[in-house]
Amino acid sequence: MAAPRAPLTLPLTALFAAGFVAPLCVLLMLSLAAGDDGSAGLTLAQYARFLGDRFNLSVLGSTLLLGAEATLVCLLFGFPVAWVCARAGARWQSVLIFLVVLPILTSVVVRTFSWIVILGRQGLLNQILLGLGLIDAPLKLLYSEAGVVLVLAQVQMPLMVLPILTVLSRLDPNLADASRALGAGEWRTLWRVTLPLVMPGIIAGCILSFAASITAFVTQTLIGGARLLYLPLFIYQQAVGANDWPFAAAVSVVFMIAVLLVVVLLNGFGRRYEKHV
Amino acid sequence: MSGQRGHELQLEAITQRFHDFVAVRDINLRIGAGELVALLGPSGCGKSTLLRIISGFMRQTEGRVLFDGEPVDHLSPSRRGVGIVFQNYALFPHLSIRQNIAYGLEVQGVAKAKRDARVDEMLALVHMSEFAGRFPRQLSGGQQQRVALARCLAVDPKILLLDEPFGALDKNLRLDMQIEVKRLQREYGITTVLVTHDQEEALSMADRVAVMSRGRVEQIASPTDIYDRPATLFVNQFVGSTNVLDGTVSTADADGSPVVALAGGRRIRVASDAPLTAGSAVRVSIRPEHLHLHAEAPGADALPGAVQTALPLGALVVYDLALEGGAALKVSVPRQRGEALLPAGAQVWAAPQPSAGYRAFPA
Ligand SMILES: Nc1ncnc2c1ncn2[C@@H]1O[C@H](COP(=O)(O)OP(=O)(O)OP(=O)(O)O)[C@@H](O)[C@H]1O
Ligand SMILES: [Mg+2]
Repeated sequence: MAAPRAPLTLPLTALFAAGFVAPLCVLLMLSLAAGDDGSAGLTLAQYARFLGDRFNLSVLGSTLLLGAEATLVCLLFGFPVAWVCARAGARWQSVLIFLVVLPILTSVVVRTFSWIVILGRQGLLNQILLGLGLIDAPLKLLYSEAGVVLVLAQVQMPLMVLPILTVLSRLDPNLADASRALGAGEWRTLWRVTLPLVMPGIIAGCILSFAASITAFVTQTLIGGARLLYLPLFIYQQAVGANDWPFAAAVSVVFMIAVLLVVVLLNGFGRRYEKHV
Repeated sequence: MSGQRGHELQLEAITQRFHDFVAVRDINLRIGAGELVALLGPSGCGKSTLLRIISGFMRQTEGRVLFDGEPVDHLSPSRRGVGIVFQNYALFPHLSIRQNIAYGLEVQGVAKAKRDARVDEMLALVHMSEFAGRFPRQLSGGQQQRVALARCLAVDPKILLLDEPFGALDKNLRLDMQIEVKRLQREYGITTVLVTHDQEEALSMADRVAVMSRGRVEQIASPTDIYDRPATLFVNQFVGSTNVLDGTVSTADADGSPVVALAGGRRIRVASDAPLTAGSAVRVSIRPEHLHLHAEAPGADALPGAVQTALPLGALVVYDLALEGGAALKVSVPRQRGEALLPAGAQVWAAPQPSAGYRAFPA
């Protein structure tokens, strides 16, 4: 079966090799290079340098934490949105999906500057909260971790909503009805029947929005400002600022492995549910 | 098992509209405690809609639903105590068979020990004890249906609703499950509504059959009455097969029974539930198996015709006759071993059996 088709997949395989595998190999080699002088031989010195420094590790930690927080907020808002979407009529569904996908359709720069206008000290959100008398002094939203989490959650929303919506709309509506007829209320039905069955979609959504959040260079940098340092900016500084390419490469590899570990962990969690669907 | 056996279900003037489309129109039904009533009707006649109204998943536009004389319209599905078996069974795929059956008991907060005992009892009842640890996708259709039934009965519902429960089963298994469901229903004395568009299933399982058409109940009666004394031409045609002949009411004969002149000119005596006015158009119906064939004119009410085709069906032969005036008439007669079929073109007389007769319905 596969043999006659192999030539057809060749261009794609070549593209994949050239665009993904090759740079990865270069990155790996670069990270293991002995030194700036280009002397031969491989060394783990760059890795030891990164992992041996508390500050470096704290940047990695805060990046992963940022991803977790953004993913959580995304899930908290995304699941209800997907749930409403799945239950809405055809016309409302397309309107809602359009609204959810909208952030992807706008330029990242425009989107980020709009958020700066909203979150700033004299921004829209603070004006409203002050006007309503909910706060006495403006909140520090811009250049704060909370602000970055909020913006990331909004931007990655489609990555969370779409996989959940896909699974939700494939779910047999009779299952929820059967649960209710057996005496379970809406919440218990959601918790005991809907949620476990939608878990594969939730996990796919979490993986996607996590991966997108921790690598969102522009949003992290513009909303977070100079004082909040996350790994993408850190790598950029090392490579372009300090011109220390081997170190930047090693940090990239560590970053990638950390992310892969999180993805594998989530996937393993998801596999427990997958077999039933 | 609950002390009280069987609950009465009553539908009062139930109407359901979707925008300006009327899916269910002014339905009044009283289903006695422990009774099994089949809702029989063609696709789209409103059977499932009615079930959804009884179970509370849909709020009717008009009318009331009562259990034991108490209105339940304000109760959500989770509080009505209605058990439903869906056509696709809707077992929870992520729970084992045991967990599926325990689900309703758990929701009710039944203590673990009592719950386990009850689940074991239900598993035994539907002969599924050895499959307790399996998951739904590891079961056959018939087994899944048994579990669905057990899951439903475990919480002692007041009313059992079955929405085309046998539709997905093959023919042999279907018969087994029909017998099984009937046994459980009897054993529990649980008031049951069975939705089906299979007339055999309705006639064989139900105490009473409600024949529905376009949102209305055309007739509700015992299976034999539905078959023998259909109230409308629709019921007559939908349940069993029948011949329909056009005619006009002429004056009643000496003993008062109405007489119809058929299109071909023959005059026959008919029975009718509705009063017939002279000169009005009617449709006359008689089932193929209620007719006999005779070589000579047997007397009144006989119709002469020529054999067109003979369809031997084993123990029966169905003859297709052409009547004078061109109308077709099917006659189904028993066939003895070795008996020759009537040849095409043979002239015969068809007459109702003594116990049967022509029924007239307003056209
Ligand atoms: N939510 C709805 N909105 C609009 N029309 C509906 C809705 N539900 C049902 N209907 C219409 O009401 C009518 C009755 O539907 P119902 O599902 O009760 O039919 P049924 O008798 O169960 O048919 P079947 O044997 O095919 O299951 C159909 O014409 C259907 O199109
Ligand atoms: Mg239906």
